[in-house]
Formats: sequence, structure tokens, C-alpha cells
Amino acid sequence: MRVHTQDIALTVNGETVRHTVDARKSLVDFVRDDLFLTGSHVGCEHGVCGACTMRVNGVTVRGCLMLAAQCDGARVETIEGVSDSGELSDLQRAFEQRNALQCGFCTPGMLLTAQELFAGNGAPTREQIREYLSGNYCRCTGYHAIVDAVETVAKQRNAQK
Amino acid sequence: MKPAPFAYARARSLEHAIELLGESEARVLAGGQSLMATLNMRLSSPHLLVDINHIHGLSEITRRGAAVEIGALVRHAQAENSELIRREAPLIARALPHVGHPAIRNRGTVCGSVAFADPAAELPACLLALGGEVEMAGANGRRVVKADEFFRGLFETALEPSEVLTAIRVPAATPDTRVGFAEFSRRLGDYAIAGLAACARAYPNGLGDVRLAFFGLGVTPVRARLAETALTGTLDEERVATAVAALEQDLTPHDDVQASGKLKKHLAGVLLRRVIQQLAEPL
Repeated sequence: MRVHTQDIALTVNGETVRHTVDARKSLVDFVRDDLFLTGSHVGCEHGVCGACTMRVNGVTVRGCLMLAAQCDGARVETIEGVSDSGELSDLQRAFEQRNALQCGFCTPGMLLTAQELFAGNGAPTREQIREYLSGNYCRCTGYHAIVDAVETVAKQRNAQK
Repeated sequence: MKPAPFAYARARSLEHAIELLGESEARVLAGGQSLMATLNMRLSSPHLLVDINHIHGLSEITRRGAAVEIGALVRHAQAENSELIRREAPLIARALPHVGHPAIRNRGTVCGSVAFADPAAELPACLLALGGEVEMAGANGRRVVKADEFFRGLFETALEPSEVLTAIRVPAATPDTRVGFAEFSRRLGDYAIAGLAACARAYPNGLGDVRLAFFGLGVTPVRARLAETALTGTLDEERVATAVAALEQDLTPHDDVQASGKLKKHLAGVLLRRVIQQLAEPL
């Protein structure tokens, strides 16, 4: 008889976490329900909306398309950890100033995805910003303000280099 | 939704994975970017997921003789950033930015796209256009199936449930290789409404060995054989028009949620004209 649970040990936002999880539990449900980190949001649950975006071993993933059981030994970062570290505080400020969020449901995913874009492309065009964010739905803003905010930060960061 | 309950096992080796797959209703979990979505929507409810992510030796992109081999655990993002893919498998390099979104390409695997065989997916069509092959391992050892025989029906391939797809191989590009890729989708990264992956060889008297693999236009990626024949030779407007007209017989797309069959057929002609322009240019 096969067991339907899995023991995992991983780091989440720098802290070591040990848990026994249901094999079918997604990573995003694990961080929300078991670790009470509710900044990653559950939207479509099939990889289309991007609200559950988080980082695993340094790259963004869909938290709904990865099992918590697969994260044994992994380094997971959620918006809470990335926000606390100050890594993207300028991006958060730009989102606020440009009104690039209204309900805020998509914002954690937008921020993490934009931050990953900057890591690979320091001077993205508006078109490249739109392409990179194409996997993250926003139902409030119509995207223009989000692209504006991301573009502003790209320019600011380049000016500081 | 949440998936139905299943057990999870981490395979230590390829042999271990094959042993685990001997159990009924077991599925391979690699990138999981299609599998988890179908489980969450309860379109499928396996009893056991066999996680192959920790098997060594499946994450390589290598040159093997005249072919480029992509191992079972090569992520889309890894292939996208590979100089070898850019140089020697340029059709795949052109297709990859259209596969899902960045966060999906960070996890999803090239071979997983082929194994899942969504009829609207880019990479199965690329494999078919390139005349590549698929390597599988099962209890009776390894076997290799040509792309033309691999895609059998809707989400149905030559891969048996008890086998692991271990690698795909495509012929490495040479100076006379010509490739073309284009697709229509509602949003970059979504499954295509219609798409075309193409490969040909430039001869002194024009194009030869033309292979056109349309996707989103049938239950599998579909070769447009009459159009392929029509394009052989020097490209001029007459030949192009003949090839586009041949699609009428080559393709029989059905209506789906994205577009009517009639619209899809129209789009196929537009795609073919765009791709022919790419085929005319050296890499």
C-alpha cells in the first residue's frame, strides 16, 4: 500500500521548514495553509493566471503546478521574503505611485515576474515587458500602468548603475 | 480545483522509475506543467505519480553524431538559453518563446511537451518538421520511434504507459538548412489557434526536403504533404500560390473553442506565406 503523504524539509524565505504534506498538495496551498504565508494567491489553479507565482531555487514557478512534495531540499521564496529583503522595494514603490494595482490580487506575481525580467534583461523595451508579463493576468488595471511602473524602475536602476 | 488523491514516489534511477510505472494507473511527473493542470481540473486521476526529477543524466543537451539530443529533464528555459540549440536546432530556438510563459518554461520540459502531445503545442510540431526521433525506455529496454510514427491521435502517442520518454533527437542544422516558424495565439504563450513549424534544405535549384508541420489544425501535428511537394524548387509566386491552394486538401481542421475550422484553414494559408519567407533566408 502506497502512502499518500510525504515528509519534506526545505527553506522558505531563508527559514528551514519541516512538514508532512499530502502528496497532492500544491506548493501554493502548502505555503498558504500550512505556513500562513498568504501573499501568494490562488487564482485559476491550472497555470494560466500567474497569481501564485513564487520562486523555487531562484527562478519563478507556478505555485499551483508544483507539488509541495517535490520541494524537499528546495529553496522557496515567496513575496513575503522578497518584500522583507528590500530587493524590489523600488518596484513596489513604483507600482503604488503609478497606481499599477487596484485590488492587488495579481501584484505579488507581477512583482516577482518583473524582477526576473530585470535579472535577464537590464533594459527591456515596453514590448519585452509586455511579453514577459504575458503569463500574469490583471483584471483591474488594463496593464498600461503596470508596464509604466516596470519601465520606470528599469530606467531608474540603469541610471544608478 | 484540487486534484484527486494520489501517491507520490521519487524515482532514484531510470530502472526504478520503470519499475514504479509497472503499477497500474501510474504517471510520470517531470516538469508537471501540463500534468498538474489536468490533475487539478480532474481530467485525469492517476493513483501514483513517479517523480523523475532526481534521476541523473537526463538534463543534458548534447551533440550526438549528426543529431542534437535533448534529455528528458531539459527545461524549456534551459533549451532557450542554450547556445547549442540556437546554433544547431534553430527551429526549436524560434518556437520556445511561444511555449507557455517564463514561469512555466522554468519548470516545463521539452520532452514533456512531446510526450503530452497537445495538438496545439509547438514542440511536437517542431519534432515532426525536423524529422526527429523519440527514445523511450521500458521493462524490455530502449526503443526509438521516428516523429512521423510517434503522434497517433488526440493526446495519443507511441509511448506506452509503462515507459519513460528519455530523450528526443533532431538532425543538427547544416549551412543549407532552412527553418520557419509562425503561429497565431490570443496571448503570447497560450496554445496556438493555428501554427506552423517548417524545415527545408536549400539546393542550387531551390528548396528541397520540405517538411511542413501544422499545429492546432488536427488531432495531432499534421504534415501538409501536397504543399511540401508544391514548394520543391525555386520559390516564385506561382509555386507559393499552388502550395497555399494545396492546403485545402492537406488540412481538415475542425471547429474548436478558439476558432472555426474555416478560419483555421484561412490562417494556415497566411502562416504558410509567412513561413515561406523565412525558408527563403539563410540562418
